[in-house]
Amino acid sequence: MMTARKQNLRYLPFLLPGLIGVSVFRLLPFADSIKRSFVTGGGRFSGLGNYETTINNEAFRLAVRNTTLFTAVCLPLLIGISFIISCALCRMKYIRLIRTILLFPLAAPTAALVMVWRILFSDHGYINGIVTSLGGGEIHFLTSGAAFWVLVGSYIWKNLGYTVILWMTGMAGIPTSITEAARIDGAREMQIITRIIMPNLRPTLYTITIISFLNSFKVFREAYLVAGAYPHRSIYLLQHLFNNWFTGLDLQKMAAASVLVFSVILVAATLLRKAWDKEEI
Amino acid sequence: MKKNMRTLPVYAVFALICAAVIFPVLIAVLLPFRGNDELRATLDPLTGSDGSYSSFGIVAQYPTLDNFRDLLIFTPDFYKVFWNSVLIVVSILVFQLLVAIPSAWAFARFDFRGKKLLFDLYVIFMLVPFQVTMLSDHIILDRLGLLNTRLAVIIPAVFSTFPVFLIYRGFADIPRDIADSARIDGANEWEVLRYIGLPLGRSGILSCVVICFLDMWNMVEQPLAFIQDKALYPLSIYLPMLDMGLGALMLAAAVITLIPAAFVFIIGQDHLEQGIIASALKE
Repeated sequence: MMTARKQNLRYLPFLLPGLIGVSVFRLLPFADSIKRSFVTGGGRFSGLGNYETTINNEAFRLAVRNTTLFTAVCLPLLIGISFIISCALCRMKYIRLIRTILLFPLAAPTAALVMVWRILFSDHGYINGIVTSLGGGEIHFLTSGAAFWVLVGSYIWKNLGYTVILWMTGMAGIPTSITEAARIDGAREMQIITRIIMPNLRPTLYTITIISFLNSFKVFREAYLVAGAYPHRSIYLLQHLFNNWFTGLDLQKMAAASVLVFSVILVAATLLRKAWDKEEI
Repeated sequence: MKKNMRTLPVYAVFALICAAVIFPVLIAVLLPFRGNDELRATLDPLTGSDGSYSSFGIVAQYPTLDNFRDLLIFTPDFYKVFWNSVLIVVSILVFQLLVAIPSAWAFARFDFRGKKLLFDLYVIFMLVPFQVTMLSDHIILDRLGLLNTRLAVIIPAVFSTFPVFLIYRGFADIPRDIADSARIDGANEWEVLRYIGLPLGRSGILSCVVICFLDMWNMVEQPLAFIQDKALYPLSIYLPMLDMGLGALMLAAAVITLIPAAFVFIIGQDHLEQGIIASALKE
């Protein structure tokens, strides 16, 4: 009995240093945020008051709308493009070189490319030079609705390689015997993709969707470094809002918004967990 | 023969895609090797309003290292900022591993009450974006008097749960029998970790180093929120905040920022890919 208990505690010295850190810097502070979201600035319990103010806040609504729209546009685009690329890549040579190039943007620090984005997308930038020389009108890439599409483009640019690798891993998991057999039976490439590859990759699709959604929050780096704390309305994202409330020390609203976003992430994380469990079969 | 005819257009499309993807990086690398006169056509239109558009040729007319000389010899600030970045990233990596490796070992090797719940919590906090925990991090850092120091970005990152998760994935693949037989042979648990866990879980650890390096080298949100003193800024936010009048210097500094990331990417690409796969797909 005694030895059994001793055995059970052997994990503690390994786990404890990390666990203390995680508790002090993640779990407890976040629990404190949850508490804070239910009290007023003076410390009195206010029920859902903070949530009400947050949800009715003009900037919050704009940010939620933009973030939702951004995700709704980016995810299908990214997933679709990367799927097509992966299908083609699986049948090609020189894959390694192409994968390296597609993956590199993930490694490139945003700061190193800020100047390039400015040179390309400013009102008097390189692209507008081409557009006007072809007879078109100047496009205000950073100060009009076009900013949204610039951001979509930079998100896809950054995440394409990542997603292609996940797709290709999924595809490599499909036994070639199945696809070979189909080919011998006279199936066309298109049929193989829609009838064999796609159904087999459903769990991969699921995972890629959730991971890409979670990664979409990192687009703030590009948005902030190129367009600043108050960019054009169309790319004012939740991340900008958090940043600005943080600077303005809007603690109550921020706590409520944190809990709201956390709940959304929690749902995504639970779905991811389910996807992993399914893959295990 | 027929097959070649069909694949040729596919290769052409891929050449185009790759060219488009690498184009911004190419500009970033090529521009700083040009003299001020040549760069004027590229940079002046961005700030001025004489109606001209930014332009550049693909080949430099007079290649020169002037911008790098100006940056490395006449801009001592740059060294300070570069050093900040190195110091922050290296200390995060070292302490992260010291904390995460034993934690991951505990999750992979032992069964204890609440393990599943705790691990789920770790996964959730790994997935939560920085903005969600920004307020709570700020409050605790304030209480510890760490705000506006480099430690304010180092310590929270050390206790990030992503490394635990990724290294755990590597450890979980180690067959139980191997570790158990080492125990029977008289090794204590730390020795098992040292002599069995580390060598066999190496790829998980290396993946973690590569991914975390690239992410930390590109750190924006954390220093922006927790450091006010510009002298403590890392490159990743110092650089974009420079005055546009310093365009030529910025271009040179950008390339130097890019070099460590590109270096780690090239030598660590395999580990990066494995890490991406391990952190997203369950094998």
